[in-house]
Amino acid sequence: MTDAVNQPDQPETIVGGNAPANGGDLFSKFDPLIQMRENLLATGVTDPFGLVMEKVISPTVALCNGRETILLGTYNYMGMTFDPDVIAAGKQALDDFGAGTTGSRVLNGTYAGHRAVEEALCDFYAMDHAMVFSTGYQANLGIISTIAGKGDYIILDIDSHASIWDGCKMGDAEVVPFKHNDIEAMEKRLKRIPEGAGKLVILEGVYSMLGDIAPLREMIAIAKKYGAMVLVDEAHSMGFIGPNGRGVAEDQGCLDDVDFVIGTFSKSVGTVGGFCVSNHPKFEIMRLVCRPYVFTASLPPSVVATAATSIRKLMNAADKRAHLWESSRTLHKGLTDAGFQLGTDSPQSAIIAVIMPDLERGAMMWEALLHEGLYVNLARPPATPANMTLLRCSLCAEHSAEQVQQIIGMFIRAGKTAGILG
Amino acid sequence: MDRAETSARIAALIEPFNKKGVAITDATRFTDDLEFDSLTVMDFVAAIEDEFDIIISMNAQAEIETYGQLVDAVVKIKG
Repeated sequence: MTDAVNQPDQPETIVGGNAPANGGDLFSKFDPLIQMRENLLATGVTDPFGLVMEKVISPTVALCNGRETILLGTYNYMGMTFDPDVIAAGKQALDDFGAGTTGSRVLNGTYAGHRAVEEALCDFYAMDHAMVFSTGYQANLGIISTIAGKGDYIILDIDSHASIWDGCKMGDAEVVPFKHNDIEAMEKRLKRIPEGAGKLVILEGVYSMLGDIAPLREMIAIAKKYGAMVLVDEAHSMGFIGPNGRGVAEDQGCLDDVDFVIGTFSKSVGTVGGFCVSNHPKFEIMRLVCRPYVFTASLPPSVVATAATSIRKLMNAADKRAHLWESSRTLHKGLTDAGFQLGTDSPQSAIIAVIMPDLERGAMMWEALLHEGLYVNLARPPATPANMTLLRCSLCAEHSAEQVQQIIGMFIRAGKTAGILG
Repeated sequence: MDRAETSARIAALIEPFNKKGVAITDATRFTDDLEFDSLTVMDFVAAIEDEFDIIISMNAQAEIETYGQLVDAVVKIKG
């Protein structure tokens, strides 16, 4: 996602009213935003919303605006989108089961493939239950809004993803945020929650803006001390972080203390969909009470077939994981040595965020990189922590060592063009 | 704790966040008058929570637009 104008993850209250003055047009509340976007585009900057990939050549290369472009902002961490086994499974399912299910999971929308992908998830995480949603967004929306009810408390990191915030907003629980990755701030809030109230702590393994990881082991130990249940969103770590690719909690040895893991098929798995895995003995009741699961059509058979095949291959992807770590270290060091300021002092994930001095030079740099033939994500306030402008790079296991060197060269040239490097 | 004492303690806490030195009254609005953005709100709320050892959930924050409403809310939460 990039943005001529973009949104904060935390939802804002949009104020209505003033009907006589605006002729009753409910869209008039967006006028300032429309104006801001028009002003920005009038400066001649490339509209980031206008980027179209005319042809996708591989997980790491596409034809964008007629130019062959290296993709470094796709979250396609494990490069499964063009895996031959994955594609074959999808084609077979299209032939055998058709293009779509046209139904809810609880009515006519559960096919053999939906069961198979949930079994693959149980095997992948070594957990008892798995529930597949139509998107990762719906997984957070559904689980959070359903398990935390009126009178319960949700304690969450202030840098949480939009889907987590929206899950909070949709539910009836009291919502209490704490400063990003601040263990002490989290504990203070847990301590103050009225006795007898239910508590859900929500954390992410990797935070996607800066690519930093959470101190899950310490945080989960504290959450448990106060009797809270713990939900961890591992969207950006699945398949890559941890000995079996189960995520940051596995890597830090605390996966057994996580009550609910939320994940997605739209990153490492390489398709679309979302899920929750859990060992909770009563977990299956979620299928009946979770509205974003019940009141929507299930994933198409081809999608669940590609996901199941991909997940099973990711169980044995140690070599790819090692190569991706190598690329992350090389890119982090190359950009640091070149003089760029990065979001983390050491490579912590497959995301490397390059901090821009301001929005104007950030936008110039983003465009200069596109002209070099490199696509990254431009992230800008108010979507970013501390109102930073970031160029977010997400590496793929299919990026070759040569491509990584090419990328570093492109950054150095574009950095000089945009006046960021001396 | 009475309202006047609560108000005095909150007034002291608001100082570092009141960058433009706006004169604070019960009617002062956080967004419109003090121009608090979401980051400032988080830090300011945390300061108040720590001072009074309370939680002001986002649900409660949504009902608070003015300084006076904040003082009332803290008095109520403190009981």
